[in-house]
Amino acid sequence: MVTNITNLGRSGLSDWLLQRVSAVVLALYTLFIVGFLLLSPGLDYAAWSGLFSATWMRIFSLLAFISLAAHAWVGLWTVTTDYLKSTGVRLAVQLIIILAIFVFLVWGITVLWGA
Amino acid sequence: MSKLQVSLYRYNPETDSAPYMQEFQVDTQGRDLMVLDVLHLAKEQDNGLAFRRSCREGVCGSDGMNMNGKNGLACITPLSEVVKGNKLTLRPLPGLPVIRDLVVDMGLFYQQYERIQPYLQNDEPAPAIERLQSPEERDKLDGLYECILCACCSTACPSFWWNPEKFVGPAGLLQSYRFLADSRDTATRERLTDLEDPFSVFRCRGIMNCVAVCPKGLNPTRAIGKIREMLLADAT
Repeated sequence: MVTNITNLGRSGLSDWLLQRVSAVVLALYTLFIVGFLLLSPGLDYAAWSGLFSATWMRIFSLLAFISLAAHAWVGLWTVTTDYLKSTGVRLAVQLIIILAIFVFLVWGITVLWGA
Repeated sequence: MSKLQVSLYRYNPETDSAPYMQEFQVDTQGRDLMVLDVLHLAKEQDNGLAFRRSCREGVCGSDGMNMNGKNGLACITPLSEVVKGNKLTLRPLPGLPVIRDLVVDMGLFYQQYERIQPYLQNDEPAPAIERLQSPEERDKLDGLYECILCACCSTACPSFWWNPEKFVGPAGLLQSYRFLADSRDTATRERLTDLEDPFSVFRCRGIMNCVAVCPKGLNPTRAIGKIREMLLADAT
């Protein structure tokens, strides 16, 4: 057993499962958004705003944002542990990544409920 | 006269400050020799050349090396399989420390093999005769027990290059599954617990370099997938 304290789920198994589940959520969300854009040729502000004022769409979007945050952390954590061999540099980069993900996530939530 | 252009990785830590490539002209007399034969012909020209070999028939796993960019056993790889444009480049297995020329230090590789406890564990009292298996149970070990530990797969794996002290590597994981799948082994839970961290198994990204180079035609990626399935079944 190799000890780790900076990965998302503290276990490789939970990270692995989370990565796959979040990928499915992101795929569904992407398909939905692309499909919506294709099926609304004369898309205007009212239609776009109307879509995002629906509660189900906000929940779906929040689910996608959280999935994106988890997916990005698992993936980038792996990249840092593969390629950054100096502990100081690796930890610093990990902290910057987690801060960015946190900011983007909170920002996304305020966009969803702020409009 | 057909002379093969052979480029060999040379490094003697006692006399060389850095590794270098040495060029040889080897007369194959037009025959489709094995790469190991070419090495012996090159050694006739330079006695100091160091490489490992033993059985010369793909059983002992001693002469794993990188031939024109692809890992394999020199003794069972014909020139026609690797040589393009009359040029053969031989390097040691990638990612492991070089002891001399084509000889690498396999310590990290064996450490990971030792870690997965490659022996049958059974805490039940031994029966009067051997522990029996049904033919179906025995079939599960096919494609797993044949590994000769040549290290061609693990040294072709970028995940093993970057984290050789944490990621078990394809060879070790194939053997790990060989004992997880064995109906006579009762340490399954302990074995799985030891593998659930983000490195030991899960650093595998499924690029299948191991499958592409295995000289015995084994499939470590499939075994790793099976270990993941067992971990998932055990933990959900």
